[in-house]
Amino acid sequence: MPLDLERQRPDDAGADTDAAAVAGLDALDTPTVVATPWWRKLLSTWLPPFVALTLFVVIWQIVWASAITSEFKVPAPAAVWDEFAATVADGQVWTILWTSISRAFIGFAIALLIATPLGLLVARVAVVRAAIGPLLTGMQSLPSVAWVPAAVLWFGLTDATIYFVVLAGSIPSIANGLVAGIDQIPPILPRVGKVLGAGGLTAARHILLPAALPGYLAGCKQGWAFSWRSLMAAEIIAAGPLLGFGLGAYLKQGSDFSNMPGVIAAIFLILIVGIGIELLVFRPLERRVLRARGLAS
Amino acid sequence: MTATLERSAPVRRTPAVALTGVHKTFGSGPSAVTALRDIDLAVAPGEFVCLLGASGCGKSTLLNLVAGLDRPTSGTLDVRTTRPSVMFQESALLPWLTAGRNVELPLRLAGMSRKERRARAEELLELVRLGGQAAKRPHELSGGMRQRVALARALAAATSVTDADTPGLLLMDEPFAALDAITRDVLQGELLRVWRATGITILFVTHDVREAVRLAQRVVLLSSRPGTVVREWTVGANSERLHEEITARLREVITSHAA
Repeated sequence: MPLDLERQRPDDAGADTDAAAVAGLDALDTPTVVATPWWRKLLSTWLPPFVALTLFVVIWQIVWASAITSEFKVPAPAAVWDEFAATVADGQVWTILWTSISRAFIGFAIALLIATPLGLLVARVAVVRAAIGPLLTGMQSLPSVAWVPAAVLWFGLTDATIYFVVLAGSIPSIANGLVAGIDQIPPILPRVGKVLGAGGLTAARHILLPAALPGYLAGCKQGWAFSWRSLMAAEIIAAGPLLGFGLGAYLKQGSDFSNMPGVIAAIFLILIVGIGIELLVFRPLERRVLRARGLAS
Repeated sequence: MTATLERSAPVRRTPAVALTGVHKTFGSGPSAVTALRDIDLAVAPGEFVCLLGASGCGKSTLLNLVAGLDRPTSGTLDVRTTRPSVMFQESALLPWLTAGRNVELPLRLAGMSRKERRARAEELLELVRLGGQAAKRPHELSGGMRQRVALARALAAATSVTDADTPGLLLMDEPFAALDAITRDVLQGELLRVWRATGITILFVTHDVREAVRLAQRVVLLSSRPGTVVREWTVGANSERLHEEITARLREVITSHAA
């Protein structure tokens, strides 16, 4: 870069001594970060849910002990625990969990592959949006369990039925999340991309997709919840020899045998998996993305 | 000394930007709004020109035309530089990238190698006095620092294709308007320093007479609705008198809209 000192004007000579002023302003203006100690963070995250859970079990125990209703309807917490421990002891719980979780993951992965281009199309192509945008939103309010009877007739009692229901449940959420994410991009960012030399696919790669990431992730999170819900519904309703024995089937079996502790153990397992994936996969991912943008502490 | 010029300023070399008879109309039919009418403007390479005007004078529209974000309805627009780079009122940094990556982005889009662009970004951040801050995220920086990162990024874009004969063109759309007075004052000084150090051509839009007089070599006053060039001044030594003169003229232009 050539230095052109001829242009120096006398009345601006003072501007060059501004280095110190700049440094001072920066020091004054920079946002300060207050760090909380790790143990306090841990305590504030884990203590409240732990207390709530303990209270719940205590109340449950009291209700059972007061015998206001029959043992058949409200079993003792200990009985549910024993049922659960038994399935763990003979290893059955792992095959049940694996059957359901692997299905949910495969279904979710396929849903991602379909929903992502679909969402991009709906967000960026006006005709496509006008044509299927409202449908996509409407699909979200249709309980995916409503697809089960149709899917059973189409595909019989096979894995295809299960996957169809899972996809029908999760694709609209993921696609809608991406559309919302793109819609919420501040209009200045695509303009900046343009003046910096990004157009077409480069703009999508460097501006559009990263800018839409928070909304997309929120959609994925909801898509996961929907696919897990749909999977359970499908597994409960569609049971057959060709279908593996998953959590839904386990729940159905408990109900068929009037085994209340088994039913409650199954419900807890379904909940634990749903919450576990959310806490282990989506929460950290989302926090990382939001924190990088200064949207979460 | 304040020199008052005719409409066309003396341009020694081929202008970096030349607008001839540029019109810009938004919409059509009876609801059409004329934003710019018959604009003639030439900016020499390496020159610092301020476009001054009240709200609604179409100065941002004019800048968008030069930036290539919009097309003139009629007239010719000649931009003889590499792609002009733009700095907006908001820093418009990409919030998911660090300061360094933000500056690197235009270089990356221009196909510069990773090592080269990293060195160049560090150099530019150094130039805006943000050396060593490349790893910071935009939200970890103050408004003034963000605006300086945006300046470094705009400089990176303007100089991504280096050519000694055609200095880059930097378009600035009220870049300091959202900052507090002290920061603005310091950044104006910084901008002048950077301009001298790089020899870049700057077209700067503002509604602040003092800012225009302090920064520019030439001030162009635009009228409002539709925007036309009212008058031009070259800035000489007696900036205080010029400030008064321009303010009086600007007041006249604004008052004419009172009816």
